[in-house]
Amino acid sequence: MQLLFDTQQLVNNIQHWLAGTCELYHLPPCLVVTCIAIAVALALIGGFISVNAMMVVLAERKIAGYMQDRLGPMRVGPYGILQTAADAVKLLLKENIVPKIADKWVFFLAPVVVMSPAVMAYVVLPWSPGLIVCDLNLGVVYLMAVGSIGVIGIIMAGWSSGNKYSLLGGIRSSAQIVSYELAMSLAVIGVLMLAGSLKMSDIIGAQQDCWYIIKQPLAFILFIIAATAECNRAPFDLPEAESELIAGFHTEYGGIKFAMFFLAEYANMFVASAVCATLFLGGWNGIPGLPMILPPIVWFLLKTYLIVFLFIWFRWTYPRIRVDQLMGFGWKVLLPLAFLNIGLTGLVMVLI
Amino acid sequence: MKLLADYMWVVLFMGLGMLFVFGGYITSWLIRPSKPSSKKLFTYECGEVPVGSSWVQFNIRYYLFALIFVIFDVEVAFLFPWAVVFKELGLVAFVEMMIFMAILLVGLLYAWRKGILKWM
Repeated sequence: MQLLFDTQQLVNNIQHWLAGTCELYHLPPCLVVTCIAIAVALALIGGFISVNAMMVVLAERKIAGYMQDRLGPMRVGPYGILQTAADAVKLLLKENIVPKIADKWVFFLAPVVVMSPAVMAYVVLPWSPGLIVCDLNLGVVYLMAVGSIGVIGIIMAGWSSGNKYSLLGGIRSSAQIVSYELAMSLAVIGVLMLAGSLKMSDIIGAQQDCWYIIKQPLAFILFIIAATAECNRAPFDLPEAESELIAGFHTEYGGIKFAMFFLAEYANMFVASAVCATLFLGGWNGIPGLPMILPPIVWFLLKTYLIVFLFIWFRWTYPRIRVDQLMGFGWKVLLPLAFLNIGLTGLVMVLI
Repeated sequence: MKLLADYMWVVLFMGLGMLFVFGGYITSWLIRPSKPSSKKLFTYECGEVPVGSSWVQFNIRYYLFALIFVIFDVEVAFLFPWAVVFKELGLVAFVEMMIFMAILLVGLLYAWRKGILKWM
């Protein structure tokens, strides 16, 4: 239990122990330690992404059910808890259908281009002190850069399907994502000005006394809205608006290929929530001024899933907005407000 | 060397993403049925036989938005380093960046007035 609080110590101990074991068996220590660290990190994160997606999908369906006064999935397993596992098996067992006029290679590779960046973002997520895959000194910039690659996969999927709805969905999605990405990066600038670093651990360290949601409330709201749009979630799910575009860019995708888009969507949602929790809610810090009653990793997950819940709540509360409203809102409301936030933050910092 | 080791993780995680997808493809390929028929290979167009080419023309506005996006994204790239060292630089840097931002905002206003930001 104590080790959960002091994860930095835990990591040091494990490294120490591994180095000692290597010495005992006369192995080159550096190599073995690195290999084991790599294997463990990849397995942990890979497992987390799959389990997290299954859990969040189930949570989403259950929450949606209760919000609409029904029960949600109830058939598979007690209270339907095995529903998403059954869905995953179903998707694996489905026949592979590639449309005759599709661009086969692009069609085949689009899920890779969507999934890889989603996984790459997990490199810099700060779980707990010392428990971070790699604390890149470019942290936030890296996240923004990786986050913008996924849109290429969406365009690839839309274009290669050979379906008009897919093409329009893909193009629409790219227009939406680039518009909201600007507002998102500009909202983050305010936090960076206060923290004075791009490193995730430094940003969290700067929030020990006061979370940035208090100093940057406007940036927080902008970030949440832009992140919802970035993840293509309702009320900004126009790329896959069923009433107009069937299923948007993944109309022609089925079975395991569709499952990959789905997995990537939920992986991205977790990343967006985790980044939000790190930048604005103090990451692994407890509530300032109160004793740490929970381990840092619990704090981090608590805050992250709170934001995930917020996203789900949005989805089942707001109606989908129109496409002209979407672009207008991004460029005429969010962007000027983000600039205003930077100006105000700078002004206050210069004056004080 | 430290930098290289750091970015080794990035490459590894890219590999993990690919492993996810290709692992899924291979597992699925081993266990799924395959009963192809020509009707299945049509693209979906509300149950009708698809009409014409799928690579249709779309609105030029998408391109204009992309263009404005590039301009502002470059600005964001300038803002990141500025924001990080802002505390040390103080007033002069603040005024300079405000002037820079004002110039770009005039551009945005111009686009706005010209009706480019209006979606039709």
